[in-house]
Amino acid sequence: MNNQKLLLDYTLRLADDALIIGHRISEWCGHGPILEQDIALTNTALDHLGRARSLYQYAAEQFNQLPVEEKKSIFTSVAIQNMVQAGASLDEDDLAYLRDGWDFKNLLLLEQPNIDWAFTIARSFFYDVFNYFFFDQLKASNDASLSAVAEKSLKEVTYHLRWSSEWVVRLGDGTDESHKRMQHAVNELWSYTGEMFTINGTDKAMQQEGVGVNLEGIKQMWTEHIKVVFEDATITIPAGTWMQQGGKEGRHSENLGYILAELQFMQRAYPGMEW
Amino acid sequence: MTVHSFQEHFDSLIDRELTIEPRDWMPDDYRKTLIRQISQHAHSEIVGMLPEGNWITRAPSLRRKAVLLAKIQDEAGHGLYLYSAAETLGVTRDELYDQLHSGKAKYSSIFNYPTLTWADMGAIGWLVDGAAIMNQVPLCRTSYGPYARAMVRVCKEESFHQRQGFEIMLTLSKGTEVQKKMAQDSFNRWWWPSLMMFGPPDAESPHTEQSVRWRIKRLTNDELRQKFIDVTVEQAKVLGLEMPDKDLVWNEARGHYDSGAINWDEFWNVVKGNGPCNKQRLETRKKAWEEGKWVRDAAMANAEKRKAKKEAAKAA
Repeated sequence: MNNQKLLLDYTLRLADDALIIGHRISEWCGHGPILEQDIALTNTALDHLGRARSLYQYAAEQFNQLPVEEKKSIFTSVAIQNMVQAGASLDEDDLAYLRDGWDFKNLLLLEQPNIDWAFTIARSFFYDVFNYFFFDQLKASNDASLSAVAEKSLKEVTYHLRWSSEWVVRLGDGTDESHKRMQHAVNELWSYTGEMFTINGTDKAMQQEGVGVNLEGIKQMWTEHIKVVFEDATITIPAGTWMQQGGKEGRHSENLGYILAELQFMQRAYPGMEW
Repeated sequence: MTVHSFQEHFDSLIDRELTIEPRDWMPDDYRKTLIRQISQHAHSEIVGMLPEGNWITRAPSLRRKAVLLAKIQDEAGHGLYLYSAAETLGVTRDELYDQLHSGKAKYSSIFNYPTLTWADMGAIGWLVDGAAIMNQVPLCRTSYGPYARAMVRVCKEESFHQRQGFEIMLTLSKGTEVQKKMAQDSFNRWWWPSLMMFGPPDAESPHTEQSVRWRIKRLTNDELRQKFIDVTVEQAKVLGLEMPDKDLVWNEARGHYDSGAINWDEFWNVVKGNGPCNKQRLETRKKAWEEGKWVRDAAMANAEKRKAKKEAAKAA
């Protein structure tokens, strides 16, 4: 892959992460355990969605500047192939609504179902800690657009992290039942945390270019932070070391297909219209 | 003061268009009526999140998704202000939830209708929020202070909601044939239930007279309904949609539109629980509350533990 395509891959992956976690969190809207928390979660979903939009807009801009032959080789979806054939340019919605699962590069962790409040909190917590350190470093990116997104996101993520950390402690050090549920959720989701730090070709190249972030360094900070919060929450770090992989390469769990079926339904049933 | 003079003081505040505040003396019936009305309104906000919430994950563009999420979040916020206003009358939010879950308290019947297409997000904003605004704007001047102040905030946001609904309808009506069809179909389904939102005809409205006297209500059901019809007919013209009422005609003498008969039999049935989604809406609310119990318990238990730790540290 040349650098243009690598930057597109990097941007899209961050956009997909934001869209998919935002989608999952938005499923809670109207169903939260406490009205105030319903509001807080919806706020978070809106933050993720807002970040997804900025990044998709930037990704579309990059895609539209590629030579036609390269455009054809990037996404498999027939709808996008037809648009490229017709000389149309893509926008944020085309990228979110018209790609199939194998072109989505989000982390497997983020597509895992809500299940209950403990799973939702554990999933957010793992991701929020990662995001906090990730965006803090991405601020220094020599890509002005990514740096600007990082700057804005860091403020939001700082709040997300405080919120999810507090809930990990409340549940972990709350009642017997909540402790059991929190520990169970942490155990079940643990094998999805390793992928955040997997360094693939895109990560390596983007870091060398001064665009991307050093994931190795983040892994240490992430592990330290998790330890501190879990200690406060009386939660044990799982012993398992086997980690699931695939999201960054477009190989997903079965969950993503269902998310996309719902997310993309309108655009699929009524293609090419303004809403 | 004797009860008699308390009553006189209360009446004089009402007559002088001043507000009644939580610590003021008020007649029992006034308090009860307000609790009923405010909590019914709060429940409507919370239950009202569900029909629109259906479409968050299916919104047709990212922009629409963001707007819809923000709108539903506003509704949760309205619920919060209103429950707080009700609490100033000496009832807790948990008690009010119990009344909702047991079926003792009502919420607006409109939310017992299903949202079947994306156009319903437009029709709900345009018609349902539009009707709600008609009902609620006069309440910004209602006699009970905390309620009136909550309504000022609610109405500001509702008018934004109404505009976003109208904008969805406008986009659809300027779109393809399929989109126009979607808009008309949605208008047809939501029009009559929206008219029912103003409540039974004045002649059959048991609470109206006393409520108008107390400034808990400022216009009657029929007056508000007429106002809504007159405004909506003009808006439907802008959208190029057909009014779903073949008897609708301008009455020069009255200076208003005359409209067809409302199916009050359907209205009372939906109130009684026979609407298409009554069971589902209530079950969804109950499920969220029951499944959230362990979460609320954990938060309480953790707060207790922290407090104990802090006190132990202080003592040491």
